[in-house]
Amino acid sequence: MTVLQTKLKTRQSIAGFIFALPSLAGFALFFAIPFAISIYYCFTQGIGGIEFVGFQNFIDLFHSNSFLLASKNTIIFNAISVPAIIILSFLLSLLLNSRIKGLPVFRSFFILPLVIPVASVILVWNILFNEYGVINSILIKFGFAGNIDWIKSDQSMWVLVLLYLWKNCGYNVILFLAGLSNIPKEYYESARMDGAGPLACIKNITIPFLIPTGFFVLMMSIVNSFKVFREAYLLAGSYPSLKIYMLQHFMNNNFMNLSYQRLTTAALIMAVVIALLVFIVFKIEARFGRSI
Amino acid sequence: MKTMENFLAGSGIKLKSLVKYIIMLCISAALLFPVVYMLANSFMSSSEVMENYSAVSGAAVEEGRTPGITFSLIPEKVSFMQYYNVLLRKPRFLFMFWNSVMVTVPIMLGQIVVATMAAYAFAKLKFPFSDKIFYIYIIVMMMPYQVTLVPNYIILDRTNLIGSYWSIILPGVFSTFGVFLLRQFMINIPDDYCEAAKIDGAGYWKSLTSILLPQCKGAIASLAILVFIDNWNMVEQPLVFLKDETMHPLSIFLSRINSEDIGIAFACGILYMFPTLLIFLYGENYFIEGIELSGIK
Repeated sequence: MTVLQTKLKTRQSIAGFIFALPSLAGFALFFAIPFAISIYYCFTQGIGGIEFVGFQNFIDLFHSNSFLLASKNTIIFNAISVPAIIILSFLLSLLLNSRIKGLPVFRSFFILPLVIPVASVILVWNILFNEYGVINSILIKFGFAGNIDWIKSDQSMWVLVLLYLWKNCGYNVILFLAGLSNIPKEYYESARMDGAGPLACIKNITIPFLIPTGFFVLMMSIVNSFKVFREAYLLAGSYPSLKIYMLQHFMNNNFMNLSYQRLTTAALIMAVVIALLVFIVFKIEARFGRSI
Repeated sequence: MKTMENFLAGSGIKLKSLVKYIIMLCISAALLFPVVYMLANSFMSSSEVMENYSAVSGAAVEEGRTPGITFSLIPEKVSFMQYYNVLLRKPRFLFMFWNSVMVTVPIMLGQIVVATMAAYAFAKLKFPFSDKIFYIYIIVMMMPYQVTLVPNYIILDRTNLIGSYWSIILPGVFSTFGVFLLRQFMINIPDDYCEAAKIDGAGYWKSLTSILLPQCKGAIASLAILVFIDNWNMVEQPLVFLKDETMHPLSIFLSRINSEDIGIAFACGILYMFPTLLIFLYGENYFIEGIELSGIK
């Protein structure tokens, strides 16, 4: 590198730092520094955090039934809903990718659930899944016993999964559609000339090409799956059915009870798990070519 | 664009495309249903709504009747009573609407400015540790709100911001989501464009505003819409940070109305949806383009 290039490089770094400064400063002030302070809480007990107790909070947490239940439910919800939404939106995007008339209109419909306010969604969901709701009256018409209060029952997890799919599927479909339209058509043509069937084409051309998009969809799906708490909270309150008692409920309730130590300890554990998850996703992604 | 159609070449095309349309129509109906339903029910009189949805509000139990839900899309008699009641007899509604605007618009504008500059730095300029810092940004973006609840509380308490709108606006402005979305987009714009501008003597600021920004319109529009919707619907933050209920945004009011005053819930919902629908319809094409380009490489 010549002196001039090095100089340019340094100038560019300085400029970069200045452009990022507002964001960095705000991030440090509102997230990074207070988060570092809150880690201190994890190792103390008592109001105001006076007594240092080492790892006692962590030990207590792993013996707490409500924390274990919340973790289990959060993992189950993610393990069901994230793969489900990725598969569903992938299939729908294949369907929409064919030359279908009125594609722009369908696309707009797909985005619509994102725009509808949460409270209205909750109202409609209540009307559908209430003990006296629409779903039950349909069940009764067909001769089933329609007396389940879905939101409070053991099936509540599925109500929430359905809500998540309904709300976020369209966003993913649009992401996948964009990825699909970027695959050169020639690949399909030559594959067909070699006698490849539709499924072989999907497996050998479509999926490999969509993997970078898939990683982005995966990240967004995880982000959105944590946001479903808002709906769960408004549907069923702070203490919902045991099937949908999530880590967010646990943390929220501990905040309301002023048990900050329990909350921060749980938050730290969750942050570490998410960091590991992102790390693993990035490592795998690096093998396929970067999209993020 | 032809993948599926190519597979279908030969016999049976008509039947298959019919099936396709039927699937699409069913899905569209499911997606559209809540809006149509809310709209239809907003033209019922309050008493009809209370009659129909006594099981949701819990009013029937109090009055000793059997609770129930009567599903209905068509009002017995078209009535504007709900709208009249909300807009003219409930001054609280309009106050809260304004509260929502006061919180949401500054977050949206602030985040766009801060995130655009930061995304430019992370995508094009780079600086020491920029990739590592960005990795932390992504992790924070992925966290549920509750994880940052105590950290947020600590800093807002020390800065005496609790109870004012700043306690909600400031953390919202510095959310890392915007940086993530815009960087994702800018990184796909070839470096050559910026290099060319630099040779022409343009500074960094100029190459951001005149080279990158025009190409990022879609991304910024989709960021604006996503941030607006997310914050227009906020529930957690006001409950924690705004003790004064007269400052609460509409989302809080609306989340209670289903049980407190279902007679006007549908009209409230429609009025509440109005700004987001308006922004969506106005910026829809940019929005979709922005989403599309964020995910491809």
